[in-house]
Amino acid sequence: MYRWKKKIAPYLFILPNLIIFGIFIVFPALFGFYVSFTEWDVLTSPEFIGLGNFIKLFQSAEFWTILSRTLIYVFSVVPITFGLSMVLAIILDRNIKAKGFFRAIFYLPTMLSFIVIGVSWRWILGNNFGILNYLLDLAGMAPVNWLTNARTATIMVIFATVWARVGYFMVMFIAGLQGIPGVYYEAAEIDGASKWQQFRHITFPLLKPTSLVVVVLSTIQAFKMFGLIKVMTTGGPGDSTTYLVQEIYQQAFQVGDMGYASAMSVMLFIILGLLTIVQFKVSNRGGNAYE
Amino acid sequence: MNNKLKNILWYTVLLLFSLIFVLPIIWIFISSLKTSNEIFSWPPTILPNNVTFSNYITAFNKGNFVTYFKNSIFVAVAATALTLLINSMAGYALAKFDFKGNKLIFFLFIATLMIPLQVIMVPIFIVLRNLGLYNSLWGIIIPPAATPTGVFLVRQYMTTIPDEVLESARIDGASEWRIFSMIILPLSKPVLTALTIFSFMWRWNDFLWPFVVLSNESKYTIQVAIANFVGQFSVDWNSLLAMNIVAMIPVLLVFLFFQRYFVKGIAMSGMKM
Repeated sequence: MYRWKKKIAPYLFILPNLIIFGIFIVFPALFGFYVSFTEWDVLTSPEFIGLGNFIKLFQSAEFWTILSRTLIYVFSVVPITFGLSMVLAIILDRNIKAKGFFRAIFYLPTMLSFIVIGVSWRWILGNNFGILNYLLDLAGMAPVNWLTNARTATIMVIFATVWARVGYFMVMFIAGLQGIPGVYYEAAEIDGASKWQQFRHITFPLLKPTSLVVVVLSTIQAFKMFGLIKVMTTGGPGDSTTYLVQEIYQQAFQVGDMGYASAMSVMLFIILGLLTIVQFKVSNRGGNAYE
Repeated sequence: MNNKLKNILWYTVLLLFSLIFVLPIIWIFISSLKTSNEIFSWPPTILPNNVTFSNYITAFNKGNFVTYFKNSIFVAVAATALTLLINSMAGYALAKFDFKGNKLIFFLFIATLMIPLQVIMVPIFIVLRNLGLYNSLWGIIIPPAATPTGVFLVRQYMTTIPDEVLESARIDGASEWRIFSMIILPLSKPVLTALTIFSFMWRWNDFLWPFVVLSNESKYTIQVAIANFVGQFSVDWNSLLAMNIVAMIPVLLVFLFFQRYFVKGIAMSGMKM
């Protein structure tokens, strides 16, 4: 009797999660793939047009502009976040005074929503009322049109993204550092290895698994960014901070071209998948760190 | 001596750097306490001349701020409760039963970590609409509850519970549900606490999902309301800053009281936000 119950039980336990998961993740993913091959304005029924949306996408100069802009944003955010969070983790993993306090401070922004963060920076960076321009003024410098100039707006959006996320990855790196046995450093110390050599030959290679997770996650997060940009720059000035996700949203819910928007989503998914594979490959090169 | 100097230098650099992370938040708070004249005065005052809470009062009287706040609380609490229930059940099944499809389902969960909502927002929107969940708070509570991250966290933790505990309970004739609710859940308290905190924070801070699903202003969560407020032609900074601070308070409180669980939670999983 209890054998039978034990057989059926796992299915019952997993069922509620699986149903919701199936309806709201698996099905939409497949359905979205289908929609990308159709022309659809939601009101009528979808009409199959084969690769039409993808051809339109590849021929659209706007798409390539937005894609390259997105890549610049992502490939700025990821390395800066990676480097900074690793440095902070190494500093705050050592036995220094008030390290808990510093950790909490760097972690603080990761608690806030991107909406709250976007509004905050918008207030600080305002041209005529922002505190930052006032500080520049005090220092005798000319005010900067932070968010109304394409170049500085891009830089500030990148900055705000890093500001918002660095503490999270710092905590991850600290956890990774705590997994490295202290004896390695003691041995290196005895052999007369410098701090830099210790970092290069012990810390960095042994942090590889954590580094991989940090790179993969920060890349996905950067590609996903929506709320921060929505309130900080609304994608502007012009469309200079409009990235792929903003464009998908606009095409789907403002233009109403679901097929075209879905084709872009499929592209985003392919890019994310390819990047993740590349990141795993690069990380695996050079073998296991413990060997 | 040299060492001491070096130390002081290090701390100064660290302290200055950390200011970049707290000052913006403090500045928003200070600004929110200024009168509508003072907030735009130039040169700006650093501390408010007269501390006033009028911005908060205006914000609360304006629009449906109390409603937004209530919606946010309702969504965060209901979604967290649902997440805890179904994730812990699924995590338990994956961790402690050797059934057909176990590996496949686990792989499926992990694989979908790579499919962010941003990629499937168009079809999800259509599914929600067809289920009558469009413009409903349940439409933003139910779908994210089956979070793969949560299932993963719980599963990883529960695999460390020894099988003997379950077997002896089974021999004593305890039902499967009883074993789960009376033995497994109490033993999994650390991971469930971490998941509660994370889930509350995720749902409280959610934006894109509610933004896509909610169309009626009376259904707005606080994040959607703030974003909408910014989008208006002339931004009413006084109310906006006050709203911004109010939107921070719940997560900051959670952070203050449960700090150590965050570190544990992230370390346990090495997972997404």
